[in-house]
Amino acid sequence: MALFDPKIQNQLRDILKTMKDEVRIIFFTQEIECPMCRETGLFVDEIASLSDKLSVKKYNFVLDKEIAEKYGVDKIPAIVLLDKNEKDYGVKFYGLPGGYDINSFLGAIIEISGKREELPEDILSRIKKIDKDIHIQVFVGLGCPHCPGAVAVAHRLAMENDRIKGDMIDAANFVHLSQKYSVTGVPKIIFNDKSEFTGAQPLTAFLDIIENLQ
Amino acid sequence: MEFNLSAVSFVSEKNFTPIETGKVYDVLIIGGGPAGLTAAVYCMRKGVDTAIIIKSIGGQVAETSSVENYLGYKYINGVELVDKFKEQVIQFSIGYEEGQGVSLIEDGAVKNIILEDGRTVQSRTLIIASGKSWKKLGIPGEKKLTGHGVAYCTTCDAPLFKEKKVVIVGGGNSGVEAAIDLAGIASGVTIIQLLDELTADQILLDKLGSFGNVEMIFNSRVTEIKGDDRVEEVTVENIGTGTVSDVKTDGIFIEIGLDPNSGFAKGVVETNSSGEIIVDSRCATNRPGIFAAGDVTSVPFKQIIIAGGEGAKAALSACEYILKKS
Repeated sequence: MALFDPKIQNQLRDILKTMKDEVRIIFFTQEIECPMCRETGLFVDEIASLSDKLSVKKYNFVLDKEIAEKYGVDKIPAIVLLDKNEKDYGVKFYGLPGGYDINSFLGAIIEISGKREELPEDILSRIKKIDKDIHIQVFVGLGCPHCPGAVAVAHRLAMENDRIKGDMIDAANFVHLSQKYSVTGVPKIIFNDKSEFTGAQPLTAFLDIIENLQ
Repeated sequence: MEFNLSAVSFVSEKNFTPIETGKVYDVLIIGGGPAGLTAAVYCMRKGVDTAIIIKSIGGQVAETSSVENYLGYKYINGVELVDKFKEQVIQFSIGYEEGQGVSLIEDGAVKNIILEDGRTVQSRTLIIASGKSWKKLGIPGEKKLTGHGVAYCTTCDAPLFKEKKVVIVGGGNSGVEAAIDLAGIASGVTIIQLLDELTADQILLDKLGSFGNVEMIFNSRVTEIKGDDRVEEVTVENIGTGTVSDVKTDGIFIEIGLDPNSGFAKGVVETNSSGEIIVDSRCATNRPGIFAAGDVTSVPFKQIIIAGGEGAKAALSACEYILKKS
């Protein structure tokens, strides 16, 4: 059975029509010991079937270890989005971006396709000035309406500065990781394992934290 | 797998313009729930120069999984309904700002609206439709441990309490709904209720009765939430006997209803003892040119369809006010 009913398929088709250039979906999976991998695989296939501008490349997390390392993928299911030149911006989704997070997934696809709303000049210059490696992990719940906003901010930062990488992580799917970071509320955002906050915050709040990271 | 798709944010032709600080609008609407969005459509159709400032689009509706009492739809998911509202608003070239709250308003012939980011927007009239948000307990430990075991959004955070112990404060509809959601996930659920019985609808109580891992503590309130970096226990006081005991728990969900988002208007417009803005039957506040609509007001019964109707009324009253003034 298809994951998307015909009505949602049509809506998705219309949304994906607004893409500018091609986007490549890289998907890391494994057949055993990954309960969500199969469904996430179906998800990327179905999405990709709805636009000529989308293509999927699948890798086995164990057999294609070197490729996983190249993209910095350390758990599965994992989705990495690349632009038309196969440039990796550090935009990742760990787990199936369903529920409300279908919106952050589509948003990232459209932005990577080259269609981005311009950021104010002062904000953009703050982002460009960041000259240290920043890893932002956004723990989400798929029933959380405020989560896609946090994911979108992390990913947008990653797109604007090569030193920044942003992950969406489905907290319910990565239980051990959630425990490690004491995630008991979402969205929870972790910066380089050093700073964190819980709840939806504007882009400037992300920047304030990043600029203060040692 | 469910998909709460906000299709309109991606595809609709957007006619709206960014909000301008250098001009005086005819009507400025604060809030993007059913009241604010309906007011926006009415104002734009009247042809008055309008701007809308939205902190979180849809308000409570966006957090509702199913809506079954908004006429025209036998069943619709909350996000989908908000999407339809928004679609109808952004066909107009309305001044539009999303993701921004208001920190202060100043009354006068021209009203100043100071946004959370410091910008000031000006307007001849105001429609306050800023809704309500989850009520807090206001007890020690609550603020510090929010996001560390203290939770207000069950659909968001319930999955994080798999096989853990949770406490729910509140035995009304939202408390019992939270208990039902959590009983299937957590190992044990304890409802703490101020009254001597649960006040939720019978249909919810029947459903709650089907779980074997739910306990109730009546006539009691939580007076403190304890833990260093995460919730460990809560202090419960029996209001009849005064007995105090500690309950070990991994999380506490606070479901004691809602508070009006009227803080930024405090001292400007009159509010009732619950902080709701007092309006008359034309949605007028005690200040000329300031109107209010929806859940933030003293109008009884907080419903989507009522908020929508009140939004329409506030818009028409504001338009009438402008017409009389000019």
